[in-house]
Amino acid sequence: MTEMLQYDFMQRALIAAALVGLVAPVIGVFLVQRRLALLGDGIGHVALTGVALGYLTQTSPLLVALAVSVVGAAAIELIRVRARTGGDVALALLFYGGIAGGVLLIGLAPGANSATLTGFLFGSVSSVGEEDVAVVVALAAVVLAVIGYFWRELFVLCQDEESARASGLPVRLLSLVIAVTAALTVVVSMRVVGVLMVSALMVVPVAAAQQLARSFRVTALLAMAIGLLCSLGGLTGAYYVDVAPGAAIVLLALAVFAAAVVAGYALRAATGRARVRDDGPSPGPDDAGTVGTMPQTERGSVSR
Amino acid sequence: MGFPFRREWCTVPHYFDNHFRFRHHGAVTAESVAERAGAGSGPGSAPPAFLVRDAVVAYDRVPVLHGVDLTVPRGQVLAILGPNGSGKSTLMKAMLGIVPLASGSVEVHGTPLRRFRDWGRIGYVPQRLTAGGGVPATVREVVASGQIARRRRLRWSTPSDRAAVDEALDTLGLGGMARSSVHELSGGQQQRVLIARALAARPDTFVMDEPMAGVDAENQRALASAITALRERGSTIVLVLHESGPLEPLLERGVALSGGRVVHDGPVPSPSGECARPGHDHVHPHAGAEAAAAPSALPEFEVPRRD
Repeated sequence: MTEMLQYDFMQRALIAAALVGLVAPVIGVFLVQRRLALLGDGIGHVALTGVALGYLTQTSPLLVALAVSVVGAAAIELIRVRARTGGDVALALLFYGGIAGGVLLIGLAPGANSATLTGFLFGSVSSVGEEDVAVVVALAAVVLAVIGYFWRELFVLCQDEESARASGLPVRLLSLVIAVTAALTVVVSMRVVGVLMVSALMVVPVAAAQQLARSFRVTALLAMAIGLLCSLGGLTGAYYVDVAPGAAIVLLALAVFAAAVVAGYALRAATGRARVRDDGPSPGPDDAGTVGTMPQTERGSVSR
Repeated sequence: MGFPFRREWCTVPHYFDNHFRFRHHGAVTAESVAERAGAGSGPGSAPPAFLVRDAVVAYDRVPVLHGVDLTVPRGQVLAILGPNGSGKSTLMKAMLGIVPLASGSVEVHGTPLRRFRDWGRIGYVPQRLTAGGGVPATVREVVASGQIARRRRLRWSTPSDRAAVDEALDTLGLGGMARSSVHELSGGQQQRVLIARALAARPDTFVMDEPMAGVDAENQRALASAITALRERGSTIVLVLHESGPLEPLLERGVALSGGRVVHDGPVPSPSGECARPGHDHVHPHAGAEAAAAPSALPEFEVPRRD
């Protein structure tokens, strides 16, 4: 362990990965509740178009990627509202447009090819520079501040958009806040850890945490903890076994998810038995009677 | 049909009637009474809770509301009735700005909807809790989120915020479930959570979309008693209902819609005719209330989606 920490590049990589692991699930918890779990990946693909455009125009790939992906994130909200398509279709459009645009433009750019894009897709943790770490630290601070500032509004929005509107919340603005924050996170982290890992870290820790928690706050905190541990664990494992760090982190997160599913079942079985003992009559017949009348609540997916 | 309409309803008797009732209830604070008094458009007049003029709503240019006029005076308990597709839900959503108007206007407490900011006065109860992506949330979290329009950003909840949440939970008999995940509750219990959420900001105006749909007899009674309590407080309550059901004794006025037009406005019509035809999704609250121990009838509640 200490041997690993002697290398500067590993120190920087660990800091960057830890921060991404900590911050990505914070946005992810809202994306998952809004059924936009793939938004991170969709934005990542749009960002590839931005990277290619940056190489083509000989400007900073990262800055152009940021601009393009913010536009893409805004576009997805617009498509969702205006074009009468579901969020998933809007994401698909973004996805394909982004990757096609990226491949097309990078071919036109001098001194760059699709291998350049692959670097952004999978990241290169070993080449994290000091300025990269600084950028990721700034990103983490900005994301946590923005999400913290809008936390309650975003909770209401993601529970139910109509109620949010009926509470006078600026629904469109808040949707944009989520989308733009996600875009920011993906673009800033993609050079370090890659598009795939950052978008996986937005979703997988949340999916794991929601198996175990009963409250939104605990789900978010637990997801952050899982994201952090998977980042550090995956990177450390990759260092010793010499495998791709991004892939190791994602697979570790998936393993945690699988464990959480099993643990969640056991937990609910245990509390279910306890509840029957404690409460006696109250929720029993009622529960049984209303299954099937609330098709959208998907009780089966969450409990029992 | 412009201004005369409004004047007609901004009468002095309504004002006094409502405030007399407000003062008699402990749950309404002195500030909120003062607020109500100050909210009038002029001295001695209280604007109606909702004033809908010639509202037209169209989805994809197909009109579903054809020029509806509706005035809901403060303190009234009103049901918007009608079969599926009559536009009753659309009218309600237009009243809250959830769907945009193609033409016409809506005023809420005397302010055009576009400029209305006092959302803490409005308690909206949607038809059901949406599951979304299934991220858990506790009953308490959901109920507390109802205070969104009242609370400042970046402030911890104050003791009075928490007291309001506790009060809302107790009113709906949810005290013991505060820490449960809402997704683990039954449909009827979730409905109670939604009403508690609307109560948490202590609003004086409620808009409820089919609060009784798909709810078993026991929960229906809990909901009816909560709504009775609200009425006694002098709240304005607009209910979108398929049929008046167990709420009938509470309803002061029924507005029936059919094909996007008002076809009846007055006393609540007794459930017959349209509601009696076969295939109509009947929730039998009367029968349920008499024979509470008949859960076998419950799985038959099938409420089709209207959107």
